[in-house]
Order: sequence, then structure tokens, then C-alpha cells
Amino acid sequence: MESKKTGSVVVIGGGISGMLSALDLANSGFYVYLVEKGPSIGGVMAQLDKTFPTNDCAM
Amino acid sequence: MLTLSEVQNITGEKGNFQVEILKKPRYVREDRCIACGACTEKCPGKFDDGYNADLKTRTAVYVEYPQAVPLKYVINPAACLKLTKDKCGTCQEVCPADAIDYTMTEETVTIDAGSIILAPGFKPFDPSRFDNYQYAKFANVVTSMEFERLLSATGPTMGHVTTFPKVPANPKKKKDKLLAEKRKDPKKIAWFQCVGSRDVNKCDNPYCSSVCCMYAVKEAIIAKEHAGDGLDCAIFFMDMRTPGKEFEKYYQNAKDKHGINFIRSRVHSVVEDPDTGDLHIQYADEMGQIVRETYDMIVLSVGLEISKETRAFAEKFNIDLTESGFAKTGSFEPVSTSRDGIYVSGVFNNPKDIPESVLDASAAASAAGDALAEVRNTLTKEIPAVPETNVTGDRPAIGVFICDCGSNIAGVVDCPHVTEYAATLPYVTVAEETTYACSQDAQDKMVEIIKEKGLNRIVVAACTPKTHEPLFQETLKNAGLNKYLFEMTNIRNHNSWVHKNNPDIATEKAKDLVRMAVAKAALAQPLKEEKIQVNASVMVVGGGLAGLTAARSLASQGYETHIIEKKDTLGGEALKLWKTAQGEDVQQHLSALIKEVQASDNIVVHTNTTLEGVDGFVGNFISKLNTDGNTTELEHGIAVLATGAKALETTEYSLGEDERIISTLDLDKMFVENDPKLDAVQSAVFIQCVGSREPERPYCSRVCCTHSVENAVALKEKDPDMDVFILYRDIRTYGERELLYKKAREKGVIFIRYDVTDKPRVKVEKDHVAVTITDHVLNQPVTIQADLVTLATALVPRKDERLANFFKVPLNDEGFFVEKHAKLGPAEFATDGVFVAGSGHYPKPVNEAITQGRAAASRALTLLAKKDSLFTSGTIASVDVEKCSACGVCVSICPYNAPAFMTEGRFEGKAEVNPVLCKGCGLCVASCRSGAIHLRGFDTNQIFSQIFALGETG
Repeated sequence: MESKKTGSVVVIGGGISGMLSALDLANSGFYVYLVEKGPSIGGVMAQLDKTFPTNDCAM
Repeated sequence: MLTLSEVQNITGEKGNFQVEILKKPRYVREDRCIACGACTEKCPGKFDDGYNADLKTRTAVYVEYPQAVPLKYVINPAACLKLTKDKCGTCQEVCPADAIDYTMTEETVTIDAGSIILAPGFKPFDPSRFDNYQYAKFANVVTSMEFERLLSATGPTMGHVTTFPKVPANPKKKKDKLLAEKRKDPKKIAWFQCVGSRDVNKCDNPYCSSVCCMYAVKEAIIAKEHAGDGLDCAIFFMDMRTPGKEFEKYYQNAKDKHGINFIRSRVHSVVEDPDTGDLHIQYADEMGQIVRETYDMIVLSVGLEISKETRAFAEKFNIDLTESGFAKTGSFEPVSTSRDGIYVSGVFNNPKDIPESVLDASAAASAAGDALAEVRNTLTKEIPAVPETNVTGDRPAIGVFICDCGSNIAGVVDCPHVTEYAATLPYVTVAEETTYACSQDAQDKMVEIIKEKGLNRIVVAACTPKTHEPLFQETLKNAGLNKYLFEMTNIRNHNSWVHKNNPDIATEKAKDLVRMAVAKAALAQPLKEEKIQVNASVMVVGGGLAGLTAARSLASQGYETHIIEKKDTLGGEALKLWKTAQGEDVQQHLSALIKEVQASDNIVVHTNTTLEGVDGFVGNFISKLNTDGNTTELEHGIAVLATGAKALETTEYSLGEDERIISTLDLDKMFVENDPKLDAVQSAVFIQCVGSREPERPYCSRVCCTHSVENAVALKEKDPDMDVFILYRDIRTYGERELLYKKAREKGVIFIRYDVTDKPRVKVEKDHVAVTITDHVLNQPVTIQADLVTLATALVPRKDERLANFFKVPLNDEGFFVEKHAKLGPAEFATDGVFVAGSGHYPKPVNEAITQGRAAASRALTLLAKKDSLFTSGTIASVDVEKCSACGVCVSICPYNAPAFMTEGRFEGKAEVNPVLCKGCGLCVASCRSGAIHLRGFDTNQIFSQIFALGETG
């Protein structure tokens, strides 16, 4: 007997990659659980001042 | 969003996982906390602030940084006096929202999920154990992460870089006071590259961390921006690895424009001057001379490591890892792990920078979503829309909300006074002050007040609309108001932040800004958003790796996809490749991919087909196709441009004059066909950067170093006695490709470096090809008698301007497609509905082309999935036909082709603006000589009302 698949995804890690995977999936029709071990999402990118090659503000 | 949560267990299988999650207690109730900060003011508990790279301490109750999401405080139980010793308890007493709850406990929840994505990230390498650099002891040796925090305006020194950065700003201890006296603005800073990377001597990290060369250049540029020209920056490197899009130019500019010194040398150790804290080094320059220098600060460019916890986690759940702890993935399924149904993205999937992490993210979403295609939309909920109240013709009743933004605004501006003032303005029914207008409770209150007082216009004076305008517009919708009856004025970035030292003037300015916003809001009208019908089908231009991957993914989600390929077969340039960087057989995998695509019910392949023209816009394209002379029309909603790149055709180094001088793809062909000519080769030379990194093509072709190194290893494995040389400028084997470089050296491949000003010379002779190069160690010309010379030629894009014009997408100077945003939109264009993947965007190897193909599909899916709820913006231009003089200026000036002449009806000949194409830029409005065009939401009367309002005094 084939069990029906669950239409949700767990994303482990709330940094830039995790957040964007979550957004793409949610905007495509999947329920997403974004699991982050720290008190807020953002990851290492939130600690950076500017980012290359455009020198945009990381935040 | 589950924060303070960690996955404890994963059971089940692809399509049906059960994930057990441990939620640690926040000790602060998220539904009550308004992030006012009152708790931190009196908190006695202290611990090292990890966010600021441990450069300072923070209180036990804290929020990581002011822009944190969720913006709720948290208590560190190890530092809290109440939780460790049952003392204090001050935060609970002072909290105005009664949000502190010391009794909260851990909670375990089990979640059902169909797919799992692992994106645990990395931790920066800790150089404390390196006794030669003395990071742990010398005050002025810092890591790059610490330097990022020092450069940040929100960091521990507010962006001011000084020596002795770890000494507190107001030192209390005598030792610190003495050090603080020696503090100065650094005049000379050095960066040491490859600390904790490419190193199996002092640590176990043989791989290249991929980002450090670029980030060191960036830090040097920004440091110079902060300090002015007095700052001397030097970067000590082995290879300068800038192989990404626009990276080579960034590097060149750093040299030419910013005057940053690049010194190719690896410094052994650092000695500290005991009196000043300055750092002495000595190194050998490229000529072999010993140079002694003194620097005020040294920044160690630390690599990216996978933490022990992440490794243990992966091992526990049977995720295969490479030796360095990165997820093991195949080049043809670059985001899939060894465990079916679990996908991976970001640095854990090999070191990479932000744009690549973003592509990985979308690719992982594509893979995770494709696995669950049949159950898409089963668990998502429709948020019921609140019916909109019709306020047309009603007298404006404006509600003004003045935000304190914690202390960001209230610390400078007298918010109570501004609120009082706002209440006196014309049409203002109510004016309220709020601590954080963006917090959930303030939003709920706003909805209440709107309904209670019958408000029909809202003004919020707070931060920048760029952060929260959509949030407030949602609030209006929830209260039954049209979202365009909203005006936001920035009294933070434009006021309190820039007038910190002039609170009186800042308060007056806030009043001016509020007065102007109220005047404009009074004239705001409800605006309509057009619904866009999306034709749920896709056209992929280009049948190479990226195109095939994008098509396969979208087809699996149920969308009819057409692949347009101008050649007679699918496969593109990949048909010429032998092996991937990981040693996989390209042709085998490529054939399998092509078969899959051909077998798909949802994919229609059009070979021998070119694109002749495109009409329409997102959701409604009509493309003219030419197949063998027959023209057909294809209607589709989405387009993916995957036209790729090909090898440069050149005569440099006598390519084409002799069969012993070949290109990389020629060599690949020889390997694929097992050409017996290879057996006779006794001396092989590779020349790198042929046509790349030069004024005509100032970019790096990214794939060639790895490709040549791999082929060199293959030649050595074929015949260990063969002399194999690689003549290079920088070896750019980024990420774990570095291991190939190491392998090549171990096998005896000889690497000789040359400078672009002194290129190798190739001379065809009877018995061999003579390759002469100035050896970088001997500093003498050396001639190699080669039997085979392989040129690593540049990758050149199609530069198809016609195609770019069809979809109104830009090409950069080098001919590559320009994406919407380097970091946040690397697989799409600014033109809605058109996406990009593959080497047409920038040269890339097999795994990256497939990643981007998947990413483009994922982004396209987010558009296709909304086919019933895709709307245009309401703030667009509209033509008053009575005034239109049909001059055509608007039609010619619009960059988006939105205005056009009406071709039928009563107003035939007059202009009309297509609401779907219009971006509301205002060019046509300003150019219309008849004043016939109005920019809805920013109409002339509204702008003038603001100007007149400013003229009045408060």
C-alpha cells in the first residue's frame, strides 16, 4: 500500500540559503518549517558589513 | 519559523519523514514581547557576544541585533542570574508587556514532512592554535570576522577601526587603560590569506574556502573608504582567486583604483613590538628577496569550516560527507545527498559565496519540491481576504501613527510632541504614538483603531518604506482598506539617524515630514491592481545542461515545457566534455538526462529551431519559432534563457597551425575516443588563461584551471613518466577542487607561473613544439619541448543581442546576461517572467549549470504557482485620453514598452499604458507635453500638496 506523501518541507538552518529555500517552497505551494538553532534567523550573513562584488550592505 | 530549535531525530523516508525537534525555551513570551529593550538596561548578567565575534559582552537578556527576525528578546540561561542562582529577576519587574517567563521549559515536537533541506552553514576557522600568527596573544592580530564587525556601523566600535580592538571603549581595568593609551588609527593593515584553508600542515583543511580572496579585497576597499587615503592595505596571498562574475574586475579595480597592494608570498610568523603593539613580519618576495615590514594590524583571512556538531548531525542521519565534512553530492544532482529525500544547500554543500548559496537554495527547493510534485498545494492555506470598504467620495479621515522605533527615533526626536502636533493637522482624526509600529501588537491595535474611528487614510511616520511598507499595507487590507490609502514617511533614516546631534531641529523636521505626508495622504485614492492571467507553460531557449535541467524540473511539476534548440541534437557544449571535476563520465550522465527529457510527457523538444520574435509580457508571451524554414507560433507564460557559451576561437599561441597545438575540448575528445595519439605524448604543456583576464575579455572563465588540472592528472595516470607542465597566472581550483591541484602536484605535474606582461611563446618546430616561458623561480627563460600543447581557451557567451531584445533583458559589456540582482536574483531577470541559467549568465562547470537550471525552475515555479493571484502594482501611469495629443513621446521614452497607441475603439490613436508592463517610473508622466499622463499614487496634485505643506511652518 502506497502511503500518501506529505506536502510539507523541513528546512534546517535559517541562514541565507535556508531562508531562500523556504521562501521559494512556500511561494510554490508547500508548507515549510524553518528550523533555526539560534534565537533569530539570518546566519553568518547578518554579521557581515558589506558583501562583494557590489559592496551592498549585508543586512 | 522555529527558532531556538534543533533537530533531534529524523525517521521515515522520502515523501514521509518524521522530524523530531527540540525547542529550547526563550524565557520571553513571543506573543507579548514588544522588543522595547527595557529588560537589557538593568540586566547584570554578562556573556560574550557571539554576533560581534566575541569582541564585546552583552547582557543575559538580549536580542541579537536590532533588525533580528523574530524581533523578540531571549534570555541566555547560562548567563542569567535568575535561572542559574535564583537571584535578580529585574527584567520581569521592568518589562511593560509582562513578557518575561522564567518557568518556560523545553518542548519536543514531531513534524511530518515530505522533504528535508539541510542548510546548516559553516563556522569561521579559529586560528587560536596557530602559534606562528599568535592570534590568541597579540592584540592587533584579528580574524576577518572580527574585522567585519569592526567595520560595521552597528558593531562594537560603530565602524571605527582602531588598534587594540578588544580593549573596551571606556576601560576600567588598569591593564586595559594602559593599552587604550596606545590605541591609534591604523596606517598599515595586512591580510594573510589561506588561514585554515589549503593547509594540511598546521590544520586538516586541504580545501579552498572560495570566498576569502574576495572578502579580503572587499575589507581592504571598505577599510580604505572609512580611513581615507592615509591607509596602506596589503594582501599576502598564494593564488588570487576571483573566478566569479564581476570578480576579476573588482580585483583589478582594487589594484588600479584603490591602490591596494597584492603581495604573492606566504608569511611565516608574526612578532609583536612589546611597546607599541605593532606587528613585525618578514617575507620573501617573488624575486626571492627578504623584506621586513611593520603593520599596525594583521587580519587573518580565516576559512570556512563545517562544525563538529554539523558533522555529527550529518553522520547520525546517514548523510555521506567528504573528508573535510562537506556534504557529498554528485555533479548531476548537485543538491541531493546520499539519503533520498534529504537535500543540501549553501556552504555545507561545498564552500561558496552568497550568490552561489542563493542559487543552491533555489535548486534545493526545486529538488525538494519536485519530489513532492503530486502533493503541492495540499498543506498551504489560503488567507481569507477581508472585503474592501468603499471610501470613494468620503471625507478623508486620517490616522497618524508616530513610531518611536525603540530609541532609534525617540532617542532624538520628541515623539510625544510630534504626535500632539499631528493631531492638529487638517483631516487628521486620530494621532497615536507607538514604540514599534511594525510589531504584531501595534499592527493589531492599528486595525482596531481603523475600525473604531472609521479611518480611511493612514500615515505612518517611522523607518524606511523599503523595510515595512508592505507590512503596513497588509495591515490596511486586514482592516478592510485599500492598501494604497497609505503614506509612509521616513523620520528615521532621513531624520533621527542623520541629525543625532540636533534633536530640536530633528523634531521640527519630523513635524515637517508628517505634515507633508498628511497632505499627500488626504489626496490618496484607492487604486486597482490588475490581475495577470498566466499561461501555465514554459519555453526554454537552449537545450544544453542548464536548459534540460530547468525543463525537467518544471515538467515534473506538471507544466508544459518547450525546449527550443538551434542544433539538431540536445546536449549543447556538454556533448564535448569528458569528465566532471569529480571524475564522473559526462556523456553517460548527459545521455541519461536527454533520455529523461525526451521521455517526459510534458516536454516538447524543438530541434533545428530558432527564435524569430517575441511579443507579449509575463504570463502572456507569443514567440515565433522557425523550424527548418517553417514558422510556428508558441504561446507561453514563462521563458528561460539557457543559451550557454562556447570556447573562444583564436589563433593565439599558433592554435590551428599544427595538430600538436589543441584546445581543452580537443583534448577531452581525445580522452573520450581513447585516441592512440595520446600514447605517443612524452611531454605535454597546458597554457592557462588563453583569452581570459585580458583587456578584451576582462573576466575569468572559471572552469579552465580545474579542467586543465584534471586532464593533467589523467595524463600522468596514463603515463607517470610523461612530463606534464601547466603554465598559469593563478590556479583557481576553488572549493574541494583544490584537492585535484594537490593531487596533480603529488603526481609530479610541474606548475610554472607567468605574468600577463610576459606570456609564453610557442614556436612550431619539426620534432616538437617549443614553448618558452620565463620561469618564476629561476627568473630565466626556459624552453619546453612539447609533443602536445593544450590551450585553456576562454568561454565566450553568444552575445545574442537579438534574443536579448526579444525579452528586453540586458547583456553586460562582455556579453553575459545581466541578472536581476547579483545576490538576491541570480537566476532571473528584472523583466518579469524571464529567467536565466547556465554559462550564458557566466561560465560555469557541470554541477553549477545544473544548479542554476534547477534554480531558474524554482523561481519560475513561484510565478506559475500564483497563476490565479498574480497582480500588477497599482502605482502605475494612466493616460487621460481627453488630453492626449497622440505625439508618441511616451511610447518612445518608456524603457518597458508599456505605452502604446490604441488601435481600435473610440479613442483610436491615443496612447494607453499597459498596466502589466508599467513599472511606475514616471518617465512618461514627466515627458508628456499635454499633461495627460497621471502617475497613480504620486499624482501632480499630491506632489504639489507636499511642497506647499512644507512651505507652511509648524
